[in-house]
Amino acid sequence: MRNRLKVLRAEYNFTQADLAKKLDVSRQTVHAIESGKYDPSLPLAFKIARLFEQPIEEIFDDRVNDQR
Amino acid sequence: MEYTNMNTTVKKSVVKLAMWTGAWLLATALAAFGPKFIWDGNTLISAIFIGLNLLVGVGMIFANIHHITSLDEMMQKIQLEAMGITLGITLITGISYSLLDTANVIAQDAEISFLIIVMGLSYMTAAAIGYRKYK
Repeated sequence: MRNRLKVLRAEYNFTQADLAKKLDVSRQTVHAIESGKYDPSLPLAFKIARLFEQPIEEIFDDRVNDQR
Repeated sequence: MEYTNMNTTVKKSVVKLAMWTGAWLLATALAAFGPKFIWDGNTLISAIFIGLNLLVGVGMIFANIHHITSLDEMMQKIQLEAMGITLGITLITGISYSLLDTANVIAQDAEISFLIIVMGLSYMTAAAIGYRKYK
């Protein structure tokens, strides 16, 4: 699943470690989501959406699966 | 908004798990070698230390559950996959190994220690592959 997490993180000037702390996950998990290797659960996706104040579908796009 | 530091929680659970594992190893060593080297085969003392070993083992299981639940969802997934692979490999190799013994294909008796080594190695390998997969 494609996502705009890396772009949003850059816009908010967060490092991966900052974002990991805010989401209460490991930095490796943030990296795996950004690189499309791991798709977050619905609760984590909502947490990300709330943090960046955007709807989930603005951040995650399940229509393209050729990112991996 | 207040954020909890997951890394601190994980570090604490790792320390707790390491302590319980160490205690279990010590209790196992005492229960295994005590009858021969310390209390000269006294059945009552052996039974007490085997019971202690069992209780510490239960504590170690709870420490492990606490550790797994302190991990985030991706890390839990990696651990769960590693555990599933380990269970499968141990079951298959354990039964084959036991059959080799009962059919007298191998000269020596099947030992549980071999199975524990297989478990340890397959868990470590599967976890390492899992971490690499999401790296």
